[in-house]
Amino acid sequence: MKDGLHILELEIAQRGRVLVSLDLKIAPGEIVTIMGPSGSGKSTLLSALIGALAPEFEMRGHVLLNGIDITDLSTRQRRIGLLFQDDTLFPHLSVGANLAFALPPTVRGKGARMARVERALLDAGLDGFSGRDPATLSGGQRARVSLMRTLIAEPNALLLDEPFSKLDADRRTHIRAFVVDRVRQRALPALLVTHDAEDARAVGGRILDPLGREISL
Amino acid sequence: MNRGRPLRFAPLLTILLLIGPVGAGVLGTLAPAFGYLPALGGVSVTLDPWRDLMAWQGLWPAAWLSISTGIGATVISLIISTLIVAAWQGTRVFAFVMRALSPLLSVPHAAAAFGLAFLIAPSGWISRALSPHITGWERPPDILITQDPMGLSMMAALVVKEVPFLLLMTMAALGQTDSLRMRMSAQVLGYGRVWGWLLAVFPRVYPQIRLPIYAVLAYSMSVVDVALILGPTRPPTLSVQVLTWMSDPDLSLRFQAAAGAVLQLGLVLAALFAWRSAERVVARLGCGIAMRGHRGAGGDAASRGVALSLAMICAGAVLFGLGALTVWSFAGLWQFPDLLPQQLSLRVWMAQSGNLAAATKDTVIIGVAATGIALLLVIACLEAEYRHGLRTSGRALLLLYIPLIVPQVAFLPGLSIFAILTGVDGGIAAVIMAHAVFVLPYVFLSLADPWRAWDQRLGLAAQTLGAGAERVLWGVRLPMLLRPVLTAAAVGFAVSVGQYLPTLLIGAGRIETLTTEAVALASGGNRRLIGMYALLQMVTPLAAFTVAILVPSLIYRNRRGLSVSV
Repeated sequence: MKDGLHILELEIAQRGRVLVSLDLKIAPGEIVTIMGPSGSGKSTLLSALIGALAPEFEMRGHVLLNGIDITDLSTRQRRIGLLFQDDTLFPHLSVGANLAFALPPTVRGKGARMARVERALLDAGLDGFSGRDPATLSGGQRARVSLMRTLIAEPNALLLDEPFSKLDADRRTHIRAFVVDRVRQRALPALLVTHDAEDARAVGGRILDPLGREISL
Repeated sequence: MNRGRPLRFAPLLTILLLIGPVGAGVLGTLAPAFGYLPALGGVSVTLDPWRDLMAWQGLWPAAWLSISTGIGATVISLIISTLIVAAWQGTRVFAFVMRALSPLLSVPHAAAAFGLAFLIAPSGWISRALSPHITGWERPPDILITQDPMGLSMMAALVVKEVPFLLLMTMAALGQTDSLRMRMSAQVLGYGRVWGWLLAVFPRVYPQIRLPIYAVLAYSMSVVDVALILGPTRPPTLSVQVLTWMSDPDLSLRFQAAAGAVLQLGLVLAALFAWRSAERVVARLGCGIAMRGHRGAGGDAASRGVALSLAMICAGAVLFGLGALTVWSFAGLWQFPDLLPQQLSLRVWMAQSGNLAAATKDTVIIGVAATGIALLLVIACLEAEYRHGLRTSGRALLLLYIPLIVPQVAFLPGLSIFAILTGVDGGIAAVIMAHAVFVLPYVFLSLADPWRAWDQRLGLAAQTLGAGAERVLWGVRLPMLLRPVLTAAAVGFAVSVGQYLPTLLIGAGRIETLTTEAVALASGGNRRLIGMYALLQMVTPLAAFTVAILVPSLIYRNRRGLSVSV
């Protein structure tokens, strides 16, 4: 059942100070933006959603993904993809091996796996890049590989942690459109955190602060 | 991450491996020191071993030798290493000095001591280079240079080995202090480079290198192999005398040996206490000097010259020593004062090939196994720290240093008695475990920083892609950290190759490694044989370091993101 990502009365506090307070449902294919300055709790929210919240924070509430309560599941069991601010491509693996790392083990056979990897690269306009060293790619290429690596893992939701902030203006527009397209195409509920109003405006959709208040730009 | 619950027990297991043998060994030494060792007929507690010890005429000179050479070598090593960093940190010369001194870390103490002996002996290379033109010597002069009564040559060998160690420890500590900016601040205020560094940076660095300094002090005071090669003989140092009594066919001397070992432990603890007190005095003096505002700008050029010369002397002593060992091992007829042998020969190598191969094989087996055990435990501890959010406290770090601070000669005799009682003595497995006790701290110190510096977001990224804790470890973290892991393994292997006393005592003299063989040859004076064994002793750890450099370079030759700076 594709029901989207439901953040149910989630409250995160640190030493009594509430950083995040959200009650929010993100439909499949929808992108919601959480906007706020550095230190406002945006990244803390993402850590909570992937199940990697540091012990110094107190959390209440639940996270439901496609109707299933994932609040107590481990990071890897949640099947929530995360695109970081800096790409986190593994430097010891080739581009293709990075993608294969993410491909679920249910895709069996070397041929079938490599075919999926090649298809993903083709989709990203990186046909023939499978054997390349990630360190030799441009910033834009790395961003696309990162997204494809996240998507090839077949996540049920996508979190975007300011993934465009380090790209130059031209690449930024292009990569942003690329990400939004893929999110809609795959009907993924997505949450973008950013401090950049242009990013928030460009992806469309609702814009909130970490305390759940609507922001109009 | 909550997977890998058995990992939670890794720190406890590691602490047991470190503390268990030391504790058991000290107890096993204390009991016979007070007459209790039923296996040898000692069934009552008595002070007789102490009376016998006190009755030995050489006791106080031997004890004084341990104190003077130990403290002397530590003070000199600390001064030289500090001066080098203060004078040259952040310059190209400094990078060159570090490159020249770092390989010396892998050279076992015994091999460095032999190399130095071959240089400074009356018939050594230095004497040959100056004879007969400058000295007028046609025959080796009859002067006591090595095995001098004050232990100066022994101290020199300790210094050339400890300077690189302290330098490396200082560099690691500097990474955690804002040293360059601190020094610049002092220089902006008109302080000289060296003086400014000593007043502004050294007080911050010292607390972080305190434990390594204590390890150097304890080691230098109680070292056995270097003392057997270069130390005085009548009397020898206290630790050598303890070993002599331990190895005597007259088993009743074991009681006296145990009392001597306990005395050695007491001396080391007293010296550590005195050093700690001296730290406070020096700190107070330093504050007073800093308050006076003397800029010390005039001494920079001289300090830099002295520091560089001392660094080069340390590096040169080991490197030329290595050269001397090599030449001697291939020497045919080599008369004094010829600088080089008249002919080279493979005769000794051929004649000894069987023994050499056997000793090398055992050295490598013990080294690889001990390093493997240590590496496994260290990785398990660091991974437990990461997965369970554990933190290494200062007290835990002290535990790590215990096998390095408690003198080997104070607990290995006791441990060997335990080994005999439990029937595991003389076996290679017992020697491997004993080596692991000394290898583990170095592997931990070498690997902990790069392990902790690894970008944890990569682990998180892997988890969001569906990877479990084990896959993150084996598929991402370990491959990325291959270079530091192999370097730590090479450090551990080098430490194992250099172990003399654990091999001798726990192996009950039946396990022969390159180090035990080389040291055993010291008294015989056959330079060709010594040269050969000591050369292999140097080359074996170097081979491990070569592997540690080459393997990641080959595997990741097409991975720019994993170049050396990573």
